[in-house]
Amino acid sequence: MIAVPAVSTPAVHLAETATSTVGNPAINISIFLAFVLVTLVVVIRASKSTATAADYYAGGRSFSGTQNGLAIAGDYLSAASFLGIVGAIALQGYDGFLYSIGFFVAWLVALLLIAEPLRNTGKFTMADVLSFRLRQRPVRVAASISTLAVTFFYLLAQMAGAGALVSLLLGIGSRAGQSLVIVIVGVIMIVYVLVGGMKGTTWVQIIKACLLVSGVAVMTVWILALFGFNFSAVLGAAVETNNNPAMLEPGLKYGVSEISKLDFISLGLALVLGAAGLPHVLMRFYTVPTAKEARKSVVWAITLIGLFYLFTLVLGFGAAALIGADRIKGAPGGVNSAAPLLAYELGGSILMGLIAAVAFATILAVVAGLAITASASFAHDIYTSVIKKGTSDPRQELRVAKTTVVVIGLISIAGGIGAQGQNVAFLVALAFAVAASANLPTILYSLYWKRFTTRGAVLSMYGGLIISVVLIIFSPVMSGSETSMIPTADFAIYPLSNPGIISIPASFLLGFLGSLSERRPEDPRKQSEMEVRSLTGVGAEKAVSH
Amino acid sequence: MASTPPVDPNGSTATQGIDFPAVQRSHEFQRLRSTHRSFVFPLAVAFLVWYLLYVVLAIYAPDFMSTRVVGNVNLGLILGLLQFVTTFGITAAYVSFANRKLDPQATALREDLESTSGHRADDHQEARP
Repeated sequence: MIAVPAVSTPAVHLAETATSTVGNPAINISIFLAFVLVTLVVVIRASKSTATAADYYAGGRSFSGTQNGLAIAGDYLSAASFLGIVGAIALQGYDGFLYSIGFFVAWLVALLLIAEPLRNTGKFTMADVLSFRLRQRPVRVAASISTLAVTFFYLLAQMAGAGALVSLLLGIGSRAGQSLVIVIVGVIMIVYVLVGGMKGTTWVQIIKACLLVSGVAVMTVWILALFGFNFSAVLGAAVETNNNPAMLEPGLKYGVSEISKLDFISLGLALVLGAAGLPHVLMRFYTVPTAKEARKSVVWAITLIGLFYLFTLVLGFGAAALIGADRIKGAPGGVNSAAPLLAYELGGSILMGLIAAVAFATILAVVAGLAITASASFAHDIYTSVIKKGTSDPRQELRVAKTTVVVIGLISIAGGIGAQGQNVAFLVALAFAVAASANLPTILYSLYWKRFTTRGAVLSMYGGLIISVVLIIFSPVMSGSETSMIPTADFAIYPLSNPGIISIPASFLLGFLGSLSERRPEDPRKQSEMEVRSLTGVGAEKAVSH
Repeated sequence: MASTPPVDPNGSTATQGIDFPAVQRSHEFQRLRSTHRSFVFPLAVAFLVWYLLYVVLAIYAPDFMSTRVVGNVNLGLILGLLQFVTTFGITAAYVSFANRKLDPQATALREDLESTSGHRADDHQEARP
């Protein structure tokens, strides 16, 4: 989830370093398999009560706020969040910490402005809310396309991340071996989602969130204990090991030029506004019975995510102190290997195996959550509401949703194999920037601005989507530098690697101007109904009782 | 599960018969709306400004942020940790506000509407005790 430096081609590192595997692959694999087995049992048990669309998409709306909060944390803290942030802090020190802050503060947007009204007015997908008082067809199609775009790039990043992790954790360095692992992760994900629907997926998220946060907590206490519970001493040791006092100060990565400074502000903007526009996070608010439970789940998510990022601060500087930037960079998996290397340094093979399993679980859970969001969006918004004009029966829609999961699974497996060794940061930053540009303005306008219209929504969503994607294509992420996806070409006209600073304001502006220039007025009664429902919860979808 | 009405995917059978424009104009609803907005909007602006201020300081005033405070802990780190503190604080403040001020008003309105839905809906202005 984190836009942290690329996973540089691990195969190259493998050939160079003597320690091609860290820890014991047999232990790593057996712990991982145990996790898959336990969660599969949970998923199959949960699936016994998956009958209706509300069951499949929204887990019957029967999860408590606490359970859903854990699941949100499970959805949000992806492998890149865990491995990426620890690595970024270990290598770039203070500048790595800035990522955590953006990702964390972003949750206030969801808590204050979005979670509760969304639960009160919608049903299954983001488009339910956006099309509430506007013209159904164009808005649903636009919302669904941007949902599919965001989830697709997010999925690619997770799949590519899975391949990169494998080289370090299981000692599989060959491209064919990594491809096989991507296929396996993809197939397990399809099974989870097909069998368990939202209920099964939510349980996978919950288990993973508990494992991840407690694993990181144990490592944090361990590191602090090594330094006599003195955080300042950890910082001092980090400076000493790397012989680099600048790592405690801002600017190590982003302070080098005026362009890079602007780039950081652009990234900061995308991070803080992107989280509340992520379709798979938004969809989680429908799995609880009431708006009050939605609020409670965001509070749980904020608590867990906040603690997690505080822990990663200790882990990052701990890795810098105990391992050092040079060894991390030289290890297979590069910057992303800081956390597993640290686990090995602290607790040997066993802890390393556990952390490896948690990292895999993380990818699996996030991928499953993304797949269910994309399938719901296609089946509910495009198939039922647009193609069938609302006349399909729920069974048909469910069949389409499940077929979509298989198709998405296959596409993401293929994409993940193709994107191996690619710049994961590129894909994730794109997902966040697209979410902040294409989704957030329309969500905020439709909840809080009376004069918002269909034209505004469509312009803002397509405009935000197109501007952000086009800017990234013409940015240094794509071409023109050694770390680009296409290093041999140079068509980087846009100097920043993140489009947010332009695409987010542009999308807000498009929504505003589009609404003002609208000639077909919207139904004012729909606006009244939406506003009343969003604040009071009257007529909101209730929990399914079994 | 409520069956999906064919024409309006968001429609709910429970809200038929409610005169939403009248509810929206009612004193009770306007009070709920302004209670909600006058708390949430300023807070949202405040945390965004505070976050952006922090980002701008970190990137344009690195010397200021590098000021040592305690041991190896500098001002930048403390301000970063303060972002965590304010985020937790705002969360707590909002939850307590919503429980005390928003929920009672919203619940009263909702129960009123649900009991009148299906009947004439223009008597919702009676305030509930």
